[in-house]
Amino acid sequence: MVEFTLPPNSRVKKGRVFSASEDGAKMRRFVIYRYDPDSGENPRLDTYEVDTANCGPMILDVLIKIKNEIDPTLTFRRSCREGICGSCAMNIAGTNTLACTQSTADLKGDVKIYPLPHMSVIKDLVPDLTNFYAQYASIKPWLQTRTPAPVDHERLQSKEDQEKINTPSACILCACCSTSCPSYWWNSDRYLGPAALLAAYRWLVDTRDEAGSERLDGLEGPFRMFRCHTIMNCTYACPKDLNPARAIAETKKMLALRRS
Amino acid sequence: MPEIKRPLSPHLAVYSWQTSNTLSILHRMTGVALSFAALGLISWIVAVAAGEAAYNRVLSVLSSPLGYLVLFGFSASLFYHLGNGIRHLSWDAGLGFEKNFARLSGWFTLLIAVIATVLYWLGAFA
Repeated sequence: MVEFTLPPNSRVKKGRVFSASEDGAKMRRFVIYRYDPDSGENPRLDTYEVDTANCGPMILDVLIKIKNEIDPTLTFRRSCREGICGSCAMNIAGTNTLACTQSTADLKGDVKIYPLPHMSVIKDLVPDLTNFYAQYASIKPWLQTRTPAPVDHERLQSKEDQEKINTPSACILCACCSTSCPSYWWNSDRYLGPAALLAAYRWLVDTRDEAGSERLDGLEGPFRMFRCHTIMNCTYACPKDLNPARAIAETKKMLALRRS
Repeated sequence: MPEIKRPLSPHLAVYSWQTSNTLSILHRMTGVALSFAALGLISWIVAVAAGEAAYNRVLSVLSSPLGYLVLFGFSASLFYHLGNGIRHLSWDAGLGFEKNFARLSGWFTLLIAVIATVLYWLGAFA
């Protein structure tokens, strides 16, 4: 359902300000969403002053510096720090992206950092991705075949066929796209969202897969795929420069062609 | 352990307005406006059938300054919704998804809608 305001327990209050004790060369202010499940209080926005001259170049470097030097209670997911694990996806300066590949210098003014939008927040910048992963599992992201496997070699694929799946396979499931999508915000219980649909497309165009018809069956109906209204937030948000909007359009075409 | 009701993270209020999503919501809003425009069109046609007195009454409402303002809004909505509808058709054909192209086609649609609206009203008063 469309809801413009947040429920009472989710309204964001003013938080604390951590002023820097001494002036650095390049002081920046970072306004960060905080939620402590143990306090029973509403989420708040804490402000941290950080000398970016004395810090790594990315937003993730800033978050780690804050956690190490200013406020050890700040909680966020991170792992690879090079844009391949998808853990540090969050809403930075109004757009979903990975903290580890977002340069601080590219952002102007005070930088606002929120968890991925319209998600259930576990703590601070950590959202609950259970539903997101369940939707990914629901499109059966594995090779399905009916014919017996060749006895003396693998199921072979031409170079051209491999190229069809190269790009959609580069998805790291960070959830930047799905949680940028207003349709997903209002209908995440029934609409699969761009990430799961991109994955469905990846298996639909795989020439070795033999369950295409069943895969398309699973996308029929007004909600599972057709809640996509080509708003394109997914494509602009993707930190891997993939194009879920185009993949969904191609999948819609497959369904339309099958009906005709 | 007591059950904690987790908060919902901010969405609409914090997400940045970009060309793509702004024009998308504008498409929806002009679509709603055009539904009301259709009602207005019907009332105008019904007034024709109802006779001269009723027609003159509807005409006086429509040709009042407020009436003109509403008609102007309806015409602008029509031209934008039409142009962006064609943009959506091309997307449904799988074309125009490159990030820069989609941004440019949005601005182009907006420009066409403004030009068409201006020409339409220049024509109406010519």
